Amino acid sequence: MSGSGEPRSQQHEKKGRRVTLSRRPLPAWADIVLLPLVNVALAFLTVGIIVRIIGVDPFHALELLVAGAIGSPESIGYTLYYATNFIFTGLAVAVAFHGGLFNIGGEGQAYLGGLGCGLAILALDRYLPIWLMIPVGIIAAALFGAAWAAVPAWLQAWRGSHIVITTIMFNFVASALMVYLMVNVLIAPGSMTPQSRGFEPSAFLPQMGGNALNLSLLLALACCVAVWVFLWHTPWGYALRTMGHNPEAAVYAGTNLRHMTMLAMCISGGLAGFVGVNELMGVHHRIVLDFPAGYGFAGIAVALMGRNHPFGIALAALLFGALQQGGAELVFEIPKITRETVVLIQGLVILFSGALVQLPRPWLQALFSFRRS
Amino acid sequence: MDDPLSLLFLVAAATLRTATPLILCAMGGLFSERSGIIDVGLEGKMLMAAFFAAGVAATTDSAWWGVLAAIAAAEVLALLHGLACITYRGNQVVSGVAINIIAAGLTVVWGTAWFERGGQTPALEGGERLLPLFFPRAGDNILVYVALLSVPLTWWIVTRTRFGLRLRAVGEMPLAVDSAGISVPWLRYRAVLLCGLFSGLAGAYIAIAQNAGFSRDMTAGQGFIALAAVIFGKWRPFPAFGACLMFGLLDAVAIRLQGVRVPGIGEVPVQLIQSLPYLLTMFLLAGFIGRAVAPKAIGIPYEKEH
Amino acid sequence: MTAPAIELSGIDKSFGSVHAVRGVSLAIEKGAITGIIGENGAGKSTLMSILYGLYRADAGEIRVDGKPVQMEGPRDAIRHGIGMVHQHFMLIDSFTVLENLILGAEGGPMLAAGLAAARAELARLSRDYGLTVDPDAKIADLSVGEQQRVEILKVLFRGARILILDEPSAVLTPQETDQLFRILATLKERGVTIVLITHKLREIMAATDRVFVMRQGQMVAERRTVDTDAEELAELMVGRKVRLHVDKAAPRRGEVRLKAEHLGLVDERGVRLLDDVGLELRSGEIVGIAGVSGNGQTELLQVLAGIRRPSNGRLVVCGRTIDAGHPGDPAEMRDLGVAHVPEDRQRQGMVAAFRASETSILGYHELPPFSQHYLLNGPAVGAHCARLMERFDVRPRVPGLRSSNFSGGNQQKLVLAREMARDPKVLLVGQPTRGVDIGAIEFIHRELVKSRDAGCAVLVVSVELDEILSLADRILVMFAGRIVGEVDGSRADERTLGLMMAGARWERGSPEPLMKRGEHRP
Repeated sequence: MSGSGEPRSQQHEKKGRRVTLSRRPLPAWADIVLLPLVNVALAFLTVGIIVRIIGVDPFHALELLVAGAIGSPESIGYTLYYATNFIFTGLAVAVAFHGGLFNIGGEGQAYLGGLGCGLAILALDRYLPIWLMIPVGIIAAALFGAAWAAVPAWLQAWRGSHIVITTIMFNFVASALMVYLMVNVLIAPGSMTPQSRGFEPSAFLPQMGGNALNLSLLLALACCVAVWVFLWHTPWGYALRTMGHNPEAAVYAGTNLRHMTMLAMCISGGLAGFVGVNELMGVHHRIVLDFPAGYGFAGIAVALMGRNHPFGIALAALLFGALQQGGAELVFEIPKITRETVVLIQGLVILFSGALVQLPRPWLQALFSFRRS
Repeated sequence: MDDPLSLLFLVAAATLRTATPLILCAMGGLFSERSGIIDVGLEGKMLMAAFFAAGVAATTDSAWWGVLAAIAAAEVLALLHGLACITYRGNQVVSGVAINIIAAGLTVVWGTAWFERGGQTPALEGGERLLPLFFPRAGDNILVYVALLSVPLTWWIVTRTRFGLRLRAVGEMPLAVDSAGISVPWLRYRAVLLCGLFSGLAGAYIAIAQNAGFSRDMTAGQGFIALAAVIFGKWRPFPAFGACLMFGLLDAVAIRLQGVRVPGIGEVPVQLIQSLPYLLTMFLLAGFIGRAVAPKAIGIPYEKEH
Repeated sequence: MTAPAIELSGIDKSFGSVHAVRGVSLAIEKGAITGIIGENGAGKSTLMSILYGLYRADAGEIRVDGKPVQMEGPRDAIRHGIGMVHQHFMLIDSFTVLENLILGAEGGPMLAAGLAAARAELARLSRDYGLTVDPDAKIADLSVGEQQRVEILKVLFRGARILILDEPSAVLTPQETDQLFRILATLKERGVTIVLITHKLREIMAATDRVFVMRQGQMVAERRTVDTDAEELAELMVGRKVRLHVDKAAPRRGEVRLKAEHLGLVDERGVRLLDDVGLELRSGEIVGIAGVSGNGQTELLQVLAGIRRPSNGRLVVCGRTIDAGHPGDPAEMRDLGVAHVPEDRQRQGMVAAFRASETSILGYHELPPFSQHYLLNGPAVGAHCARLMERFDVRPRVPGLRSSNFSGGNQQKLVLAREMARDPKVLLVGQPTRGVDIGAIEFIHRELVKSRDAGCAVLVVSVELDEILSLADRILVMFAGRIVGEVDGSRADERTLGLMMAGARWERGSPEPLMKRGEHRP
């Protein structure tokens, strides 16, 4: 099952039965590069059909989508800004995957990360200079995101509670918590909508290019490198990957599974929390509701498409970001295409690149067998 | 009019009203999960079903065509989930998440193209809805009774029939089922289709019985609460039913408690009550109130060797 | 002459580049017990899986009772009266015996009738074949021997007249194994055809009428069991003369490196796994722990390696005292100089998906030179792996190759090399040659003796009595979590050890003796 990026908990245990090799494995590059592209193509094909049904020319729409995503420096900026969020949540899911943990609490962890960042800023932005405020905000985001992931992690490590279920539940709890806090505690005096007061300029992340794109992109790229180093070049990453493949071997090797679970999930939660940095410190400059906006769930697809490797995740995040930005342009340009169409597109991309991953495999295998013979 | 008996009646009726879609969804989810397929997409199936129930009922002026359409829509998504999880051995959670997102988007896109009301369906009246049968003020339409019946029915199927035995077996050890010569995929597909049936009924209830039409995102997380109920009920029909009632009660009470000051605590935040189903389920999973043991093979795609 | 119960002609099967079965033809006589023997990876399990419909052959024909048949799946096999008792039981733990029995043969859409009929049929089968088991017991509550009985009953319940047993004695005590063979004899009397797949020479000699030998996917020989003996079969299995004993000098014992006193272990359900275990391990000797799997050896190794903490008693290792209040952990044990080659290398000793270089530092990944300044040192790891492969002749010599792509023997050699590389003071080895081909077995045994001669204190746990007898200077026997006997290596014999392994005490009368080589059942 190479390259499927499945966490240990999802792999079939092969007790005494040999793995089938009659299903010829594809060459590595095909598995890592070609297959995801075919998945995305299939998603687009489906969308094209739907778009045609509602009376829009799919090729025209595709043209606008691509132009909207990368047609101008401004649109590229927005694409990168969206991609930044996908990088954070994709990395979060990937780090946990490598430890055999399925973290789908990215939404909640992102929310809490934003809360932490926001709280630190609301408390200190009048007193700290920008070069202190920003690192403090970033650290606060990581801590709060990590804390939100720590609870399901603790439940899994010490009580054996299935982390998939607890993280889903915690997303809802996070949502409810944020609504309560925003409406009752943090709301700016005199405001009609639930949002906090605006941040002082000391909490404004410098922009890169004039609109939404900001320095958190660099943070995201730095995280990519850091995760790569951590996973494959440190003893803790080694222990984490061992645990993900084979918990018994990890115990044998001297790893404390509980501690490692906590570590993996806290890193994961912290990474997801950085979405708050991008959104709140980079764009909105106040605490708002609903800014995680599906990035957490999409992060799962990003991680799967990127085969849980930071480099692949960066590329996949770029794709998703382009999709989001191009989609927004589509909504703007074509009246018949609404925001929900973009939601539908995202759902289909997630479906094809996350759940129907193996669908094109028979055709690709046939293609390669043909070429071989 | 606030004597205790009629208050009790009102609360019971409200509980049942809110619990009905949960019960139906939970029974559906139970079949799927007992067979080993995680179903996070109950929400999406229910939403799609609700949309088609309302849309078709409005177009054909008949609630019954609406119900059939709801079931059909949910089954389509159920088959998709089955295809991804069983045939293509994909990630079951991702599939469920994708289906939820697709449903959220497709219902509005289709709705706008169909009725041009920004995603809503026209308000339903009279015969286009399912109306209360015996107690007009309680809202006991036929689907409520169907939901109540579905619990013993589910119990009976799971424990007393051949299908139920095989279903439980395939959720514990598909290898044993396979070497007994039984088709694992066919068994799981049937479980998934049953799930679609019940989710469809749940969606139909929300759109054309409980309410009078479809509006975007109207399921509002009830699919996830149903999933929590299945887990809280330890994957067994009657305990899951109890959990649905409890969660339904919480929901009914939450609305009444808004603005009310409880002595000693002050005003209970409505968000806390809304989170209670999830918090309670987490407490259960943490082992603080008994243990919940999932079907052993849940979430693991079955790979047959040739 | 009646048609053979089963006839396979020209069966061929490949899995990708692995040619598992090459043009095998054989005929299984009706009403006889036929054995198929071969090493791990010889293809015998694959062949039988093809017969049972779990795999589809690439070429060849199957005939049952003289008629050609197509095996599309287990359903077809069951229909033709073929039943398979797998090595890993296909039983649902949370179901009762009855429920497991009727799964797939419920006799109708409602369960009630089927269960009643099954209960009656089970009673009849128990009477006829002597297989007694409580129909309402949950599988999780049954012993391994009882579970195997349920598997056999399952097969008979479906009307099987041809029984295939895949390594049935792997998990049984000698007593249970003898019981099993008595049951097989009874079945044979009732006209059931039996095929026994095993790699144990002793079982072939004891229980079968005919034997087929497979080697590397091919059928290399067929014998009537009376006409052959263990040595000949071993030679046929391997293709050359096999030495079943290791040449070694007398041990030169030194100081005590490991001492266990009144060691006890109780699990969370209150089951006592280790009971008052005491042993002493000195440098320069090999102590062998014999016993049937499941008598506490696994747990003992886990406690000695620091993976589990003892419930009572204590353990003194190279100066450190470990007891319930002061538990050790695997990392600490390694620091003390204890190396551990685990029993189940696939699950504990290595990570299949890792490259060989990564596997070569498992457990030592935090130590210099592999880790410095919080970073892994890639080149140092690669060089280390290359050295290990060189020293232990691990093939292919490619540190970058995925560990799962190495054969069982080479994997084991790599794991052993890793553990021996740091010249440990104590070497704990569990099942050193499980799933290992004979060539590698000889190598591993020689290395263990070399290590002993260099001063290491070696503890070997093995279910293979031959291995213990050839390697150990001192033999301890475990039964039901206790050490029930100690014998000097040069004076031990199978009979005595077998009695101890079966829990028999000297004072009692003599129970059924184990079969010696060359003997067989009439």
